[in-house]
Amino acid sequence: MNHKTPLIVQILFGTLFVVLLSVPLVKGIEKRPKISKETNEQAKASALDLFGFYLEEVNDQVGVDFFHQSPKLDARLNHILPQIASVGASVSVCDFNNDGWNDFYLTTSKYGASNALYKNLANGTFENVALDFGIGDINQQGTGVSMGSVWADFNNDGFEDLFVYKWGKPELFLNREGLGFENISLSAGLPAWINSNSAIWFDYNNDGNIDLLIGGYYKAQINLWNLENTLIMPESFEYANNGGKNYLLENQGDGSFKDVTSEKGLESTKWTLAIGAMDFDSNGFQDLFIANDYSVDELYLNVDGKNFKEIGKESKIGYAPKSGMNVSMADVKNDGKFSIYVSNITEMGILLQGNNLWQPTGSADQIEFKNNARILGVELGGWSYGSQFGDLNNDGFQDLYLANGFISGTKNNSYWYDYSKITGGNKFIISDATNWPAMEGRSQSGYQLNKVWVNSEGGTFADVTDYVSELPPFDSRAVAMVDLWNRGVLDVIVANQNDKVSILKNSVSEGNNWVVVKLEGTKSNKSGIGARITLVWNNQSQSQVVSGGIGFSSQNQRAIHFGLGNTSKIDKLIINWPSGAEQIIELLEVNKIHKIKEGNEIS
Amino acid sequence: MKSADKAIAQEKLPVIKRVGGFLSRYMPQLFITLILLAGHLSFGILEGYETVLITVGVSILIDLFVGRLYTGKWKNPVSGYISGISVSILIRSTLYWPYALTAAISILSKYVLRYKGRHIWNPSNFGISWMLFTAPLFVAGLSVQWGNNLLPMLVIWMLGMVIVYRAKRFHVTITYVISFTIFAFIRSLITQDPFLAEIAPLTGPMYQLFIFFMITDPPTNVRSKKGQMLVVFIVALVEFILRLNQFVYAPFYALTIVGPIAKFIDLKYFSPKS
Repeated sequence: MNHKTPLIVQILFGTLFVVLLSVPLVKGIEKRPKISKETNEQAKASALDLFGFYLEEVNDQVGVDFFHQSPKLDARLNHILPQIASVGASVSVCDFNNDGWNDFYLTTSKYGASNALYKNLANGTFENVALDFGIGDINQQGTGVSMGSVWADFNNDGFEDLFVYKWGKPELFLNREGLGFENISLSAGLPAWINSNSAIWFDYNNDGNIDLLIGGYYKAQINLWNLENTLIMPESFEYANNGGKNYLLENQGDGSFKDVTSEKGLESTKWTLAIGAMDFDSNGFQDLFIANDYSVDELYLNVDGKNFKEIGKESKIGYAPKSGMNVSMADVKNDGKFSIYVSNITEMGILLQGNNLWQPTGSADQIEFKNNARILGVELGGWSYGSQFGDLNNDGFQDLYLANGFISGTKNNSYWYDYSKITGGNKFIISDATNWPAMEGRSQSGYQLNKVWVNSEGGTFADVTDYVSELPPFDSRAVAMVDLWNRGVLDVIVANQNDKVSILKNSVSEGNNWVVVKLEGTKSNKSGIGARITLVWNNQSQSQVVSGGIGFSSQNQRAIHFGLGNTSKIDKLIINWPSGAEQIIELLEVNKIHKIKEGNEIS
Repeated sequence: MKSADKAIAQEKLPVIKRVGGFLSRYMPQLFITLILLAGHLSFGILEGYETVLITVGVSILIDLFVGRLYTGKWKNPVSGYISGISVSILIRSTLYWPYALTAAISILSKYVLRYKGRHIWNPSNFGISWMLFTAPLFVAGLSVQWGNNLLPMLVIWMLGMVIVYRAKRFHVTITYVISFTIFAFIRSLITQDPFLAEIAPLTGPMYQLFIFFMITDPPTNVRSKKGQMLVVFIVALVEFILRLNQFVYAPFYALTIVGPIAKFIDLKYFSPKS
């Protein structure tokens, strides 16, 4: 270089260079969490003052001591067993005996261990009645182990029935008027064996009989306890199509189901981990959002109950493959439009997928979404699993709880290096479990805290985790929102892998009102699943939909809970039933649980 | 030949030859652009084009502006373009500023970190390594694998080999690949992990970019052919050591460590006296 660079230029850009080099270091310091020196009582008082709620674990006080256990599988998978057997902790809420108090069902995943049905004793405590009621001892040798469950009144007799999906033989239990359960799996026409981590109830054709959709994870032909070979892993970490098939089981109305999956266009074999149903195109039929591990997510439009049409790419959700592990939906802006939250993996410095918050930008004729998770502040979780929306402080806006943490093994000894090594490889290498490096007790995205975001009046979400919860890190999986003590407050249940369940009692500051609506279909399915409820108050409105399972391996309470802020007057409640009927109710009393029958007055 | 005569002669060349000349001259740049476009259109490697615009824009602008102040000449934007593209492919962040910062650090390193009037680090290698090492809260490396499919891998490898052959850098790439494979075998003996797991990264896109664009970069290489082969062997050796210590981004760090030392020695002890 013959040109002599002026000294001032060298000094100027040398200084600028040093400043730029220091930016990540300075930013990193800013990001370190602040350690609170407050006592729990002070922390609670601050949280109530600042955000209007506080979550405390109360397992011991309420008599819940359930512990999830993972399965042992074929010995050829032992070297990566924590990777494979990393799911199965689930929670589903239901008032199984119609006593007006929410009960909940928990699954474990070890042969010989029992699932639990915690009956709400209406005195603040719970009792595990699963074994007495015949739905506990279902993880028996040779039948596979439980991965999750969903409730719905599939025979419209007024009592919620239970479906348990497994890595193994799926189970359907008929609720005998809240006094016991009858296993009708054989006569119901269920698949003989599945490897599933998701299922929802929904009435796809609005015939009044609730149908069942089961998501496939591993291929149904695989028996994880007795492998034919070790070619069971995903063929790709982005576009894997070698997962299990999904099953759409049409309710025949006589206690049996018919497999109509192929006929209705749901033949995908991606690795499904979560499913959500919602009528996105306002044609009166519930569409499906399917979150897939190792691939892109899928959006199926329900064509008038006749068949499904996949529009992932057209709707913009089907381009960037991530690790879809959750689907939850809410009207986060109180504008009647539903956003979809999909959890993925965020491991700082290694894998920054970020979670997605898909917000609708199109119309009923042209369904389109945009991922606004970054803008709204809910992008970064961890190795995220289940999440649920719910108004935790009754201020009239939907907040968000997110479960995090994959494998908490030996501390400061991570499997991530080996994981990134193998996942960068070709399909012929990665799809064979034998080629995977041994985990040797190491952690992978372990010891992560769950996240709580409060909705700042529909604009953005604020991360209030450090303030509103004292929960230590678990490998959390499923989350359910439920009013456990009929206080007009949403409590949270978190199912943790290889650990105790967390019952989080929510304390909400005084002043905000609420209303709860419980539906009963007559022409529509009895559970009211698929009904859209819009509450109008104080010049605003919020919509919610009655769900037959949402999140990751979870189900919230069936009744719909609305926070109202300090408003004490509701303008009206609009119910759009799956049957097509619209019901408008005025003069609804606040701070009360209302039961509403399709076409009738409220009680 | 005077420049006017040159222009006339150029005009007289058949179009096909002129196009061929252009393609030949800008083959690496076209190749990396092709990888980016093909990767995005087929496998969605970018969540949007914004990050490419940011990295390429920042790289070219800084290269032009700072290059003018440092050298008194306007730089060919191609160099900034290729650095910008490399950064946009190899860095992942949920934010925009890390893309701009990585591009800026990469290009500035070319002007600030010099010895005997030459830059000693591959610009994008320096920028990416710095960010991966110091900013794990904000950036990660490439996590996309072209669908883990065999076909895209073979196509990129074949095209890449042709390009490095034409650029007279085939010996660099092949020395590194052989060295990596041998060291992968030794690692598998030490760690008891399957050999296929150790060799797996080489089949992914991060390495395709690394072996065709970074380790072959002429300005930051030593001059002799044997020297170049020795340097990439040492890069593979340092990477081997880093991998045994579980550094996820071992190849970038290895090149960042070995590259400038080799260049320094080359310039200090083997530089022809002018």
